[in-house]
Amino acid sequence: MAEPLDVDRLLADPATRIIVCCGAGGVGKTTTAAALGVRAAEVHGRRTVVLTIDPARRLAQSMGLSELDNTPRQVKGIDGENGGELHAMMLDMKRTFDEVVQQHTTPQRAAEIFANPFYQAMSSTFSGTQEYMAMEKLGQLRATDEWDLIVVDTPPSRSALDFLDAPARLSRFLDGRMLRLLLAPARSGKSMFSLVTASFGLFSRAVQKILGAQLLTDLSGFVAALDSMFGGFRQRADETYRILQDPQTAFLLVAAPEKDAVREAAYFAERLVAERMPLAGVVLNRMHKSEISGLSAERSEAAAAATDQQMTADALRVHAALMRQIEREASVAATFTDAFPGVPAASIAAQPADVHDVDGLRTIGTLLVS
Amino acid sequence: MGEHVNSRWPARLHVVTGKGGTGKTTVAAALALGLAAGGRRTLLVEVEGRQGIAQLFEVEPLPYKELRIAQVAGGGEVRALAVDPEEALLEYLDMFYHLGAAGRALRKVGAIDFATTIAPGLRDVLLTGKVKEATTRSHDGRRIYDAVVLDAPPTGRIGRFLNVTAETAKLTKVGPIKTQSEGVASLLRSPITAVHVVTLLEEMPVQETLDAIAELKALHISLGRIIVNGARPALLTAGKVTKAELKRGLAEAGLPVDAATVNGLAAEAKAYLTRRDLEESLRGELAEVGRPTIELPLLPGGADRAGLDELASELMRA
Repeated sequence: MAEPLDVDRLLADPATRIIVCCGAGGVGKTTTAAALGVRAAEVHGRRTVVLTIDPARRLAQSMGLSELDNTPRQVKGIDGENGGELHAMMLDMKRTFDEVVQQHTTPQRAAEIFANPFYQAMSSTFSGTQEYMAMEKLGQLRATDEWDLIVVDTPPSRSALDFLDAPARLSRFLDGRMLRLLLAPARSGKSMFSLVTASFGLFSRAVQKILGAQLLTDLSGFVAALDSMFGGFRQRADETYRILQDPQTAFLLVAAPEKDAVREAAYFAERLVAERMPLAGVVLNRMHKSEISGLSAERSEAAAAATDQQMTADALRVHAALMRQIEREASVAATFTDAFPGVPAASIAAQPADVHDVDGLRTIGTLLVS
Repeated sequence: MGEHVNSRWPARLHVVTGKGGTGKTTVAAALALGLAAGGRRTLLVEVEGRQGIAQLFEVEPLPYKELRIAQVAGGGEVRALAVDPEEALLEYLDMFYHLGAAGRALRKVGAIDFATTIAPGLRDVLLTGKVKEATTRSHDGRRIYDAVVLDAPPTGRIGRFLNVTAETAKLTKVGPIKTQSEGVASLLRSPITAVHVVTLLEEMPVQETLDAIAELKALHISLGRIIVNGARPALLTAGKVTKAELKRGLAEAGLPVDAATVNGLAAEAKAYLTRRDLEESLRGELAEVGRPTIELPLLPGGADRAGLDELASELMRA
């Protein structure tokens, strides 16, 4: 069995500057991130900001977040007795991308880029943009040195690994051979289709056939406009990656005790280890518990079947179902902890209802350290 | 068609979405098994590179090929396909332009990676285009598949994934991709398609279900059913648990009647009732959208083949 994860020590340590919560969709990453933020501010007196990507509406409201506006807002109802503060913000992906563009190019070029249909598509729908921009925002927040602790909730991606891969993919893409080929006309003044290399001839023919010539014109315009920014993109992606590898960062894997979520967590743990990222531990969320685990499911069911007192029979059936669920969850959780005995683990007891206020987040924080 | 249409599940393309963690892959697989009953052939498709189907059926990762993954009593079969956007693009090029060797050259210079990366709309057109092709494919005037079940992206991305024309229109005004996306768009808006949303009786999945239904409705995409997964039997319907009564009942059943046991059972019963009240109000919210709804039981043994078959017959009864 894995050693217990000491969440309070992690939150209290002034050297911990960034906590990244990651895991599959639907496991409670956002709630966990928010609960860590509440505890860091209230119990450990740290000036904390929680960067959320796509919170559930009611959770967002509970933290006073009503719009995606990239502005950290102070969360009300936080006990500031220990000198801590909690702020929360929601990522505005497009605005973050726009800001990056503005920072790296002239206003005129920026205007050209913003007007390009490719930029519009890419800045709002590119499959890695959200991840890339989340990391960009994290880099910005860290650079201001305004916060004791930044807690990041990662995007609800296809794969929990996307936010690690997206920045590299984007910069590889923006740096790639393909773009250099497309850029050729912008640099030489000749049409890109006058290139006579065999493979590129085939490529341009195919692309023209499939996508139409307008698309290529837009694309080459986009690429030409972005040309001046390539170095910037790459440099920033590299910098953020280095921050993630630094000991000031702690990755927390969040998993619900379900097969898929645990499998995803295992992939992620492998990756973090391989990339020498600081994996602090795994949080098993929504684990069921019973105070009377000595009364087995089998015995409860047998007694329920034997009694004609309906209420007692049902109460016993409720208990039996709970015991079976606990057993199932423990065996699923064990597939992770057995595979990664060196990764500290903590669990959060399942709550009968969802959390959507600061009190609920505080409770989750308490459960996390108990 | 005609003789092979299941009257309760009349669509031929079943798109299954749902919030992450609701069990949409399990439900999609059960639906593919159910629709294959009676000697039919169905295709179960995934598009997100997660290899969820292979994991569910405990087989090796699926290649980009339609392979039989399950046999069904009565001679039916389920085939499975994991659509990879790169492979789909190459296949598409080959089909329309006979670009055999050139296709490989495209991959070499990074064009495939490029095309499917920069334009997510293009990626989705390729994926949905392949699904459409499988749905409409026939041989000697007979359809290859009686039904196709797509394990689709989750609710948060489903609108964008299915609204292919809008996404490609941003990028291209003419050309075969546009034609292709228009074909997909009309299939998704025809009675041939039904988009089913899988949910749990939990707040966030229900909220996302309602959001996705509103979004798909606004896009005029054909909606199917709401499928509530993991439903638990209703217990303690009288609604009240008193410790005194519990104590008597336990004594009668020959179980311990110490305070810890009585209090523990009472607390668990109370938590159960809180949960059930919440589930009841979520059922009410789901009922308001007026879509046909099915509840599938929680599988105590997990989603093994026996469990999938149980869900399949539940689905076919509905």
